[in-house]
Amino acid sequence: MWLKYLLLFLLLLPDAFASGNYPALSKYATDLTGTLSQSELNSLEQKLRTFFDSTSTQIVFLMIPSLDGGSLEEYSYEVAARNKIGTKENNNGALFLVVKNDRQLRIEVGYGLEGVLTDATSSYIIRNEVVPSFKNDNYFEGINLGINAIIAVTAGEYKQIKDKDKKSGKGFPFQIIMFIIIAIISMIGGRGRGRGLLIGGVLGSMAGSRGGSFGGSSGGGSFGGFSGGGGSFGGGGASGSW
Amino acid sequence: MKKGLIIGLSIAGGIIVLLLILYSWIVGGYNSFVSMDEEVKKSWSQVENLYQRRMDLIPNLVNTVKGYANFEQKTLTDVISARSRASQFNITPEVLNDPKAFQKFQQVQGELSGALSRLMVTVENYPQLKANENFLQLQSQLEGTENRIAVERMKFNETAKVYNTAVKQFPKAMIANFFGFREKPYFSALAGADVAPKVEF
Repeated sequence: MWLKYLLLFLLLLPDAFASGNYPALSKYATDLTGTLSQSELNSLEQKLRTFFDSTSTQIVFLMIPSLDGGSLEEYSYEVAARNKIGTKENNNGALFLVVKNDRQLRIEVGYGLEGVLTDATSSYIIRNEVVPSFKNDNYFEGINLGINAIIAVTAGEYKQIKDKDKKSGKGFPFQIIMFIIIAIISMIGGRGRGRGLLIGGVLGSMAGSRGGSFGGSSGGGSFGGFSGGGGSFGGGGASGSW
Repeated sequence: MKKGLIIGLSIAGGIIVLLLILYSWIVGGYNSFVSMDEEVKKSWSQVENLYQRRMDLIPNLVNTVKGYANFEQKTLTDVISARSRASQFNITPEVLNDPKAFQKFQQVQGELSGALSRLMVTVENYPQLKANENFLQLQSQLEGTENRIAVERMKFNETAKVYNTAVKQFPKAMIANFFGFREKPYFSALAGADVAPKVEF
């Protein structure tokens, strides 16, 4: 069993990871098997999106039909790592993967969540929250219970930094410095026209940087799906089957 | 005489400039090797930590399984002795620079992996043990650690590749050679790793 993991990871050269069918995720909940109804999918999407908005933790759900003989752990790691689930600073991402026809599932946990969403906890959630429903073909129920459990375990770990606070926290000294520079230049500076252009340019670039905050901007409430925050993974989590 | 002086000074100046360029090239190369070497060391210590974590899980696992009186003792003792051999292997940072030691390290860890694998296969035949919550927790922790080991080994190989490529490329290879930056080993799949262990009943 262990040797299987070893073999699959080690024999695959880094170049081989470039090929392979790893979906680029644009939503928090994706079902490539057509099992879940649109409203079920929407409710999962809403739940996960809201969780991200309030905590910056990205829990992403993906259901695929089959691995076609590939390794569950390798696939799960690749999808999670390539989609960079979780923020770059905190690596607080997790992927809940269900492979329907192969009857396998896995929770892939990012570095930053390993403290609460431990291997043992992930395994417990899979066995006790998800699999019982799956055994009765109640897919949505199992997935929903699983996601609720993951959210319950990881809630309170991280907080979403409000855009306003974050910008003022990071940008504050920067803007003061720019202001001082402008003041100095305007004192030194010669003709009015040149000064105006310079100040206009500086203010314009400051305004530009305001719009550039990472993923969790407040404007993304209604539209917009999932976009990876740069999180990385180390292979933590648990697998299961039913 | 003045012309001679000027020529002399220009030549001296030119030589100094060339020496400065050479110096900064060497220093730049050296420093880049140092930082790449540190990356490799960092990655290596993460791998080490995970192997240690696996070692730490084993005593609990053995005790949980021991409780099932009629459990095959041989698979248990195999795990215990493989773990003991692995813990006797002294891991120092020098293992990275000594290909033989690196091979030995892989080997003792591989033997432990094999013993654990056989243990887990044997457990399949003890339904009560399989359902034991304590055992399930340990099993998930062990599986998690094995998976992490596989991921970190892959990441180590990637870091080592970056370093090795830099160390071997001409002309910086001369700097590397001069300062003793040698090629780092890669983790490889062990012979026979693809054969699932057969347990005889």
